[in-house]
Amino acid sequence: MQEIEYKVPTMAEMMSTGESPEILFWVGCAGSFDDRYKKVTIAFTKILNQVGIKFAVLGTEESCTGDPARRAGNEFLFQMQATMNIQVLDGYGVKKIVTACPHCFNTLKNEYPALGGNYEVIHHSTFLQQLIDAGKIKLQGGGEFKGKKITYHDSCYLGRANDIYEAPRSVLEALDADLVEMKRCKTKGLCCGAGGGQMFKEPEKGNKDINIERIEDALATGASTIAVACPFCMVMMSDGVKNKEKEDSVKVYDLAELLLEGMK
Amino acid sequence: MQIIQQILFVAAFGLAAYFISKRIQIIKKTIQLGRAEDRSDNPSERLKTMLRIAFGQKKMFDRPIVGILHFVIYAGFLLINVEVLEIVLDGILGTHRLFAPVLGSFYAFLINFFEILAAGVLLVCIVFLIRRNITKVERLQATRHRELNGFPVIDANTILFAEIILMTALLSMNAVDSILQERGNEHYHPVGSFVISSFLKPIFSNWNETALIIYERTAWWLHILGILGFALYVTYSKHLHIFLAFPNTYFSNLKAKGEMPNMPEVTKEVQIMLGLAQPDAEASTEIARFGAKDIKDLSWKNLMDAYSCTECGRCTSSCPANLTGKALSPRKIMMDTRDRLEEVGRNLAVNGGIFVEDGKALYGSYITSEELRACTTCNACVQECPINISPLDIILQLRRYQIMEESDAPASWNAMFSNLETNQAPWKFATSDRFNWANEVK
Repeated sequence: MQEIEYKVPTMAEMMSTGESPEILFWVGCAGSFDDRYKKVTIAFTKILNQVGIKFAVLGTEESCTGDPARRAGNEFLFQMQATMNIQVLDGYGVKKIVTACPHCFNTLKNEYPALGGNYEVIHHSTFLQQLIDAGKIKLQGGGEFKGKKITYHDSCYLGRANDIYEAPRSVLEALDADLVEMKRCKTKGLCCGAGGGQMFKEPEKGNKDINIERIEDALATGASTIAVACPFCMVMMSDGVKNKEKEDSVKVYDLAELLLEGMK
Repeated sequence: MQIIQQILFVAAFGLAAYFISKRIQIIKKTIQLGRAEDRSDNPSERLKTMLRIAFGQKKMFDRPIVGILHFVIYAGFLLINVEVLEIVLDGILGTHRLFAPVLGSFYAFLINFFEILAAGVLLVCIVFLIRRNITKVERLQATRHRELNGFPVIDANTILFAEIILMTALLSMNAVDSILQERGNEHYHPVGSFVISSFLKPIFSNWNETALIIYERTAWWLHILGILGFALYVTYSKHLHIFLAFPNTYFSNLKAKGEMPNMPEVTKEVQIMLGLAQPDAEASTEIARFGAKDIKDLSWKNLMDAYSCTECGRCTSSCPANLTGKALSPRKIMMDTRDRLEEVGRNLAVNGGIFVEDGKALYGSYITSEELRACTTCNACVQECPINISPLDIILQLRRYQIMEESDAPASWNAMFSNLETNQAPWKFATSDRFNWANEVK
């Protein structure tokens, strides 16, 4: 494999040279700041570079979509964020957005149009599937994933919220891995516990944490890899693995990380 | 004698019709208390959804065994009503088996078919009673789900018992009818024995003719009065879903489940704050309530959802918060909404159609902050509902009220809000550091 000089162009840079990218990669707050999820952002950026997609990011001009504020009930704050983001996106004439965060994806795709922001929004699972289907991503096959048990944890905001169940699975199947389903999957998939603003507060009084309930589903499959496609799921599932003291034998990865590994 | 029966029947029918129509008016009036929401778009898609979900019961078959059992009762309900038409006409006209001479041999086929359905309904009702009370299906247990305590448990069992009584009356009436035909009683047309009730004939075989006629009449009256009573009872019961499932699925949310409806009243203010719009000098100064505190702040569809809920608990049994012991139960959200609606309905009824302030509200008097705060907005409840009810939509509107009207948020949410305001991220990181990750792309 030849050495690639990875680039992360910003919209501002593109504009100054009179170029316009094919896609805007919307990184999201977790993808920008969370140490674990930054690795996913980096992996996805590397894939974009390797495939030769002309992309750009907003860099420091990006800000939260407002999703957690809206779900918590703070409509004012959500609309402030959304309105400012739409001004930035429209200022750059953005048409197509790809994001690795299902919460950003849902908000940009379904909720910005009511505020005047109309874009084609694609989650990275669908985007990666499209690249594989189009033959732009070539996998070695028979590599380190062959026969390896991977289970996929459905993100609520991809699955039930937007009916995306197959794209992430087809990415994993392309890796030639042994995809095993949890007893609760697809439409019946159990939440990781972080949606609806729960990521930013302590859980209410109960007898168990939701991510523990969910990690038990995942561990019961016997998979050594838990694949996720959402930054919140990543945090919750990783914490679940730690809680069960399985960090040595069970790893949690995003689709983009696994795919990049398979491309080597 | 015959004419007295006819008069009594017409009186009973009229009385039932009167009380049922009064109940329908109250239900309609309370649903109309909700705020407007347009669900008139895309009629063909809506019709298809209704046919698939309500008429075809598609989501019921997600749990196939219960799906089939429920389908038997549903088919029985739809088809046995054809026979009720005959019973009603017989009652008014003083005839007996009015359709028999008209339909000829097809009549016997129909009655046989109805008898098989009736026997099916009877059996399934027994199975459902066993599931509720003996094998104790978890989602139906009041000991585990506080919202079922009291009336809901009685309601569920009452309906099953009522259906068993109705079906028993129907089948034994046919058995006695066949015996009376065989004995040559001229009032009873010879239409033959029927497939199920013929097995019941030995029970009555040594009864005398008068006793048989009395039994036949009693069973006939029990059946028809039972149906009239049941129709009225249904309007007070969770069983209202047998009618409301149809309009409720027609008016389903057709958008992506992840989308939260926009609040245009906020959009205007936000645009003014950001200097994108000028304050409208002529704008009404009436301050709308942000979010929902009580039923009239919810949309009419939320309220129809509440009347349509049959308390099956599929939502609650799939709710991650409920599964892990939190106070939230999506079913309780729907039941609370209906209870509050019924309370407002009674208030309207005793006060001549005008609501007199009672110091209560859905949020606070019925649904607590702790319940709302436990929701992860995962949409499992919405996905599971066999008739497309959305408890989540109500939860999120109540949350909006809680935050925007009462500024009642956990401290960590307030911190998240202020991080968003100052750093445009929910965590406390500087905006200028947002792009630092790119330095690690090597």
